[in-house]
Order: sequence, then structure tokens, then C-alpha cells
Amino acid sequence: MQVLTRSIPLLITGLAGLVMILSAFFPYTSDWGKTAGQFFNILAAFAFVLGGGNLLKIHLKKVSDQSEGWGYSGVILVCFIATLVVGLGKIGVYPSADHPNVRLSGETQGTGSAFWWAYEYVFKPLTATMFSMLAFYVASAAFRAFRAKNFEAILLLGTAFIILLGRTFAGVLVTGWIDPEGPFGGLRLEELSVYVMQVFNTAGNRAIMIGIALGIASTSLKILLGIDRSFLGSGD
Amino acid sequence: MIRAGLRSAMILTVLGATGLVWASSPSVSAPPEPPRNVTAVDKPYDGGGTVNISWEASPSADVKAYEVFSHQLAPESVQIAEGAAAENDAVESETRDLLESEGVAPEDADREAEERAGDVATSPIIVSKWESLGIVDAEQRTYTAEALDKFTPYVFMVRAINEANESSADSNQTAPVVPSYAFFDLGKLPLLCFLILICGAVFLFVILARQGMPMKIRTIAGLKAVDEAVGRATEMGRSILYINGIQDMDDLQTVAGVTVLGRVAKTAADYDAKIEVPTSRSLVMTAARETVQSSYFTAGRPDAYNPDLIYYVTDEQFGFVAYVAGMMTREKPAACFYMGAFFAESLILAETGNSVGAIQIAGTASPAQLPFFVAACDYTLIGEEFFAASAYLSGQPDQLGSLKGQDIGKLVVGVIILVGVVIATLMTLSAPAIGDAPSAFHQGFSAAFDFLVNTVLGS
Amino acid sequence: MINLLSNLDRRWIFLAMGLCVGIPILVIGITGKTLPETPTPLAEAFFNEVDVAGESKGRRGHLLMAFDYDPASAGELSPMAISAVHQAAQRGHRMYFISLWPVGPRMIDESISKVIDRHYPDLVYGEDYVNLGFKAGNEQVIKVMGVDLTTEFRTDTKGTPLAEIPMMKGITSLEDFDLIVEVSAGYPGTKEWVLYAATQYEIPMVSGMTGVQAPLMYPYYPGQLKGLLGAIKGAAEYESLVNDWILDDGFRTALIEGGMSEEDAGPLAEEFARDPGQVSTWVEGAQAAADLTPESKAKLIDLATGTIPGEFLEGQRRMGPQLFAHLLMVLLIILGNVIFFAQRRSGGRS
Repeated sequence: MQVLTRSIPLLITGLAGLVMILSAFFPYTSDWGKTAGQFFNILAAFAFVLGGGNLLKIHLKKVSDQSEGWGYSGVILVCFIATLVVGLGKIGVYPSADHPNVRLSGETQGTGSAFWWAYEYVFKPLTATMFSMLAFYVASAAFRAFRAKNFEAILLLGTAFIILLGRTFAGVLVTGWIDPEGPFGGLRLEELSVYVMQVFNTAGNRAIMIGIALGIASTSLKILLGIDRSFLGSGD
Repeated sequence: MIRAGLRSAMILTVLGATGLVWASSPSVSAPPEPPRNVTAVDKPYDGGGTVNISWEASPSADVKAYEVFSHQLAPESVQIAEGAAAENDAVESETRDLLESEGVAPEDADREAEERAGDVATSPIIVSKWESLGIVDAEQRTYTAEALDKFTPYVFMVRAINEANESSADSNQTAPVVPSYAFFDLGKLPLLCFLILICGAVFLFVILARQGMPMKIRTIAGLKAVDEAVGRATEMGRSILYINGIQDMDDLQTVAGVTVLGRVAKTAADYDAKIEVPTSRSLVMTAARETVQSSYFTAGRPDAYNPDLIYYVTDEQFGFVAYVAGMMTREKPAACFYMGAFFAESLILAETGNSVGAIQIAGTASPAQLPFFVAACDYTLIGEEFFAASAYLSGQPDQLGSLKGQDIGKLVVGVIILVGVVIATLMTLSAPAIGDAPSAFHQGFSAAFDFLVNTVLGS
Repeated sequence: MINLLSNLDRRWIFLAMGLCVGIPILVIGITGKTLPETPTPLAEAFFNEVDVAGESKGRRGHLLMAFDYDPASAGELSPMAISAVHQAAQRGHRMYFISLWPVGPRMIDESISKVIDRHYPDLVYGEDYVNLGFKAGNEQVIKVMGVDLTTEFRTDTKGTPLAEIPMMKGITSLEDFDLIVEVSAGYPGTKEWVLYAATQYEIPMVSGMTGVQAPLMYPYYPGQLKGLLGAIKGAAEYESLVNDWILDDGFRTALIEGGMSEEDAGPLAEEFARDPGQVSTWVEGAQAAADLTPESKAKLIDLATGTIPGEFLEGQRRMGPQLFAHLLMVLLIILGNVIFFAQRRSGGRS
């Protein structure tokens, strides 16, 4: 059993990693890396079935046990099955112009189909709503968290004011009187905000990204060599 | 008569001189002569697709630039097929237009045009196409053609362009060259050296750690707080929520998150706390179940393991966060861990967790989400701290040694940055005034800068 | 008061934010007025790059329009995408639409229907624009497209084989495009296109992206990225550039058609585009206007008094709510610090 759950996965991991590294340096093997990458896409496609089955199992159990929040599970199940039926069955799909007599010849997501309707009038508004909630959460986070506790926090606050004002018409109102061609033109809030983003923010981001890249290299090496095996179940 | 002859001669002389002046004025110049001895050579020891082209200058004095052209010599069968297809298309299009003008319905016209075009026997046509690769200044005598097809031959030629933007005739065509690849791409040698250096450093410190060398790692507050968070959840009788990011197992952040999950699950098993892991990807769910089960076994609590607490929700980003936010509001977990790759949903999760009073520990290598986690969470593992988490929590010498090796890599990067900045600054300071020739110092610094940027860092 | 503020229910903050966003939207919707925009060099670079695409080859540009975003970020990115299609259509470029996101084709359809179907009905599908749809595989798709596009895309979204689409003749790989116009909300997106297309094949590329992504992409400008639009501000700047250019173009065409010379029409058209209010005064009173044809004068008045369609003002409209939302956040930060210092002074726990 150890062979199946430990040795073979480690071997596959090591081999795939070696192939990816070789493909970067030896041109003859450059396609091998792409092929290795496609193995994952195939696995992920199979995993969809696993995920769908698990979703059904968990939520059916919640509904049947009538545990806390089972109503939401009912909604999930209804939406899941409805979308599956509508999509697979191509309900309401208009036949394509090339094959007008074949009902299933049209695009599943073609305009007017039931799937399109669900996308346009359910999925899109819900997704946009969730994303727009960020505006409210940013405001409450700003009220709660941005306190001038020390020097770095004061710097952060000052930068926040420059960016917040410089990105809107308020920046033009506050510093619009400064001659853009003059020696102090760079102090206009809109110029200052671009400068902060291009210089200070870029420098900070680059430093973090260098650290992340090295972390990725080191972690990848540990995984490929089997030094870190905890993702398989246990590192011990 | 002599006077008339003299007068005619004078007129002719004046006219001739005027004509000469007129002929040599810019508005009536001749096109330049083409460059000579154009040669093309496949670049050796590369990844393929690169050819070096060189030529001798055009004899004309007023050349301002050279334009380089290539022509791909496809195999004859491909050329014939392309030519035949082009001719077929032309026949089909003409037939269709004719039929439609006669009142035939479009779909019928299409069908008939296709049939007629298929019946027409076509003669092979060699498709000749010179493609411009680029234009270089008159001082240059070489050009590097890149991104060519690695398996078919090419020929090249060059034209000179004068101040009046007139092009010369074609130069000689080079012999066919196949821009094939070498066994090893020498351009990647600096990258290989870095790889060996960094991997070598990691190996070295792993070996030193195994031999007993103490590895001191600075305290990472977020990781020290894991025990505190799990203990809090146990005291309050509420669950621990662990979010592994929203990417799949092919993202290293997710793998790192799963390794941290193993450690957190072991602590949860020791404390007898309930840990819930909703996932955004099915493969992550599978990996997380294996990890948590193994952690419970290691902690000696196999009976406490419940696979239903690790489940798949949805691949869709905001669908996932809507589910998790709703769950957090209803079940009010005492501790929330966000470890993995996140995008826009990071602030929604963190703020919702804050609103239910949970202690929150986040770790991600997505730089854009770090500010949100730092603002809203109690502890945040920034970038490489997140990747170090597994090693830090395990305490194993092997893994701590790899962190030291990583630091050597950072040192190397720091040195290169410093050297690059110094060279670039000196190059700028030693730049000559406009019109002056560059000094030897400036040329040296420019060459060093070019080597660093294009050869070492460009590989 | 300090106690009240320190224990403030966050829902009051949510309400304040809702009002700061909602009221300007209503006001702008009713009055139609938007705040003036001063484009930054990044937006101008984006505009210029789209403008000159294909010029070096003496033909209309072949633009690869990669729309890699979903409805969640459509609020920020749709105005950029629509303006890019607007500029390309007006300029007469060929547009090749693709997406690496599963819901990207819906965003493409939206842009096509809002711009091309409504305002450029003369453009022919298959000759002026084509929709190649979505392809799974993230950056692998870009890598394969760099070598042979037809391996990844065999048909367009209507099922027509590429060989049967006129504008696909001569397009075999990424190198056959003059410009990549990328609108990105995350992964795969701008970074992948920069790494595997723009850098590798030295293809000019411009990109619009969300505000969160923009700081990470600044290092690529102006090297690999020739133009960059960040967040709704970038979208508003670019939108105003495109609208002003089209207005300028319209005035210039009307003046030239009315009999004015190109040298005189150019500066005058620019002035009219900057301040359309002066057009009617000029038409009625200026000496130069007397020589114009009546049709040309009528066209000038129409252009000056006409309204820009709403779909080309979405970015600028959103700057109003953004202004008030940002002002609210500045106020909240100041208020939060007032509470913090007041509590610290009184010895309370922060």
C-alpha cells in the first residue's frame, strides 16, 4: 500500500519535474514539458466528476438530516441539477444555420437558449454583486485598520491619501493650480500618484516577488526530491 | 557663324551644367546599390529558430538603413498544395458571385461553387513571398533573425534604403539555411549556472543540517500563533475553518497550503478541535483529505477523522466565496486560516471572518492580495514566509536547511542588483555629451551593462 | 461621541458607501454630465499604439483582441474593451477576438454587439472581425499559438473552419499580428501574454487590467507593454481619448467635405473637439464658415450638439461614484485615527 500511496507518487513527481527542467535547457525535449503539463489538464477533467459527486453527496445528506442550514443545501442541489439538465439537454437552443433541422446543432450558450438566460440573468448579476461587495468591505477595513500607530503606518496613510485623491477628480481640484510644466509640476496629486505606483510600489512588489520566486524554487526542489512529502499525507 | 557656333557651345555648356546640377539635386536621385556578399549562418548552440545574417556595405554614399528579408522554402508538396488551394479559392469565389448574380440562393450557390472548384484541375504554383524582418541603421552590418520555423530552410536578402526612402534592388540571395536547434541551448547557460548555484546551496545546507549543524530561523509570528488559534477554537467549542486558496494543485501555493494544512490538522487532532476545509477544486479536496487523514492517524486519533468535513464547493471564484462567507456567518468559526492562492475574494473572506470575531491567519504569495490580508487579518505570512511555513512547523533539520539555502539565493540576487545598479549609474555618469565620442570608460560600462542585462539576465 | 464612533456598527459604513456610489450614478444618469479626464502618458501610449498598428506594413492593422475577464470584473474592464473595439473599428483595423477564460466569449459578444452591431453595421464578419472563442489550457494555448495558431483554433465560434474565413488567410501564428490588445482580470492574463507572446516573439502589446493587477505590471511598461490601462481610471482616460479623437475626426471630415483645406481643418477640428460649444457660434459668424457647404455646416452642428452614446461613456460615468467613494474612505481613515488618538489620550484600549 505504501508503494501506491507514497513511492509511485514520489516517482511520478520526480520524473515530471525532471522532464520540465530538461525541456527548458535541451531544445530536443522542449515539447515534453508541454505534454507533461497536459497530463494535469486530463486529470483535472476527471476530477470534475469526483467534485460533482461529492457536492451531491454532502448536500443531499444535509437535506435528509435537516441539519442547520439545510435550506441552502436545497438551493444548491436545485441549481446544480437545473444547470446540468439545461446545459446537457441544450434546452431552448436554436439550431445552427448550417443544420437547421437538427435541434441539437446549435451552441449551448447561443443567444436565447435557457443556458444563456441563466448566464445573463442569474450568473452575471450574482457575480458582479459579489465583486461589488468589495467596495463596502474596503470602507469598513479602512475605518478599522488604518491607524497611525507608528512611523511606517503614518507613511502608509500618507501614501493612501495621495493615491485615493490622485486617482479621482479631487486630485485635480486640490493641486490643479500647480503649473504642470513648472518645477513643482510633479507635486500635482495625479502625477504623484503615478510616481508612487511606478517607483515605490514597483520596488516593493519586486522585492516581494523575488522572495516569492526563491521560495517557489526551494519548495519545488524539496517536493521534487521528496524531502517534503507532507502533501502526500505525511512528511514523517 | 563662328559667333553663332560659340554662342551655341556656350548655351550647350550652360544647359549641360544646369542638367548636371539638376541631376545631382536630391529630388532626382537614383536608388542606392544593394549591399554585397550577404551571408546567413544558423546560430550555433541555441534553441533553434535563429539565424545570423551579415553583409558588406552598399557602395552608395547616401544609404541610411538596410532592410532584411526572409523567404521560407516550404517543401515543394506544401507549395503546390498552397498554390492549388489559392487557385481553388479564386474559382470558388468567382463561381459563387456569378451564381448569386443570376439569382441562385446563397446556400445553393455555395454548394455548387464548392463542387465546381473541386472539379477544376489546377497547376502547381510556387508561392514566393519575401517577408520583411526589420530595418537596421546604415552602420550595422549584421542582423539576427529570430523565431523562425526550426525545421524548414530559409533564404535571406537585404536591400539598402537611401535618404529619399528609395529601396535598392534585391541583394544576392543567401544559400538556404535551416535554423535548427542544438543539443544544448547555450543561451540558457547563465540560467543553468543560477539553478546549480541555488539548488547547490539548498543541497549543501540540507546535508549540513543532517550532520547536526544548528539552523536558526527567525520567529514568524503567524506560525507561532497556530497553536494559539487552535487552542482558542477548542476552548470556545467552535470549529476551525481552513481555506486552501482557489487554485488547483498545479499551483505551488496550493501545494504549500496543503502541507500547512497537514500541520494544522495534526494540532487540531491533538486538541480535539473540529477542522472544516471547503475546497474550490476537486483535486485539492482529494489531496486535503489524504493529508488530514494522515495527520489524524499520526496524532493517534483516527476515530476523530471525518472526511465529510473536507468537501468540494465550486470552481467558480465568487460562488465559492459566497458559500464560505455564508457558512462563516452562520457557524461562526473561532479560527480562520487562509493559506494558498487568492484573488479578489481575499478581502471578503477576511472581513467576514473579522465580523464574526475569529482569529485569522493568512498566508499567500499573491502580492496583490497581501495588503488586504495585512489590513484585515491578525497575522499574515508574506510571500516566502508562507513557503517556509511547512519547514518551520515541522522543525525537521532537512527542511530548515532548505530555508538557509534559499537565503543564499537571496544573497546572490542582492549582489547582482547592487552590481547592476553601480554599473548602470557609472554608465550614465560617464556618458559623453551630445556630439562627443564615448570614452573608454563609458564603452566598458556599456558593454558590462549589456552583458548583464542581455546575456546573464536575459537567458 | 468617541465611544459612539468607536463602536459604530459597520452597516452604517456600508450605508454611507452605498449612498456615495448610488447618488452620483443617479445624478450622472439624469444629467448626462461626466467629470473631465486628463489622460496620463500610459493611456496615451495605449491609444497611440492601437492607432498606428499595421502602419509600418502599409495596411490595416491585424489586432489580436484577447478578452480574459469575467462578469465580476466587467465593471472595471468592459469600458476598456468597448473603447478598444471602438477605436479599432473606427480606424478600420481587423479584429481577431479570442479568450483564455471560459466566460470570456460572453464578454466578446457583449463588445461586438454594443460597438460593431450598433455603430458599425457595415463591418463584415469574417472580413473585418472574427470571434475565435475560448480555448482551455491557459498559457499553453499562447505557447502553441506562437508556433501554429491553427493547432489550437480550428474553427470560429460559429463552427466555420478557419480556412473558410477570408481574414484568416495569411494568419498562421502570433507573429502575423501587428498588436496584441489584452484585457485581463487575473490568471491567465497580461503576465502570461507578456511572457509567452510579447517577449518571445517581440510583438507589440498593450493591456488593460484591474486596479489590483496594475502595480504588478508597471515594471513591464514601456518595455514589453507599450501601453497600460489600470482600473476604471485608466478606462475613463482611454475612453475620453477615443471619444475626443472620434469627435475630432468627425469635425475634420465635415470641414474637409465642406471645402476647407486639410491644413486649416486640422487645428480647427481639435479646437471644436475640445470645446464643442463654440461650433454653432463659429458656423454662424466666422468668415471661413461662409465658404462651407450647408450639409457640412449641418453636420458640424449635429456633431457639436449630439450626445455620445452611453456605451462609450461607461468608464467616465463611473469616475463620479469613484470620487465620492474615495472621499468617503479618506474621511473614514481620518475619523478612525481621531478615535484612535482620542482613546490613546484618555488611556483607553485602542
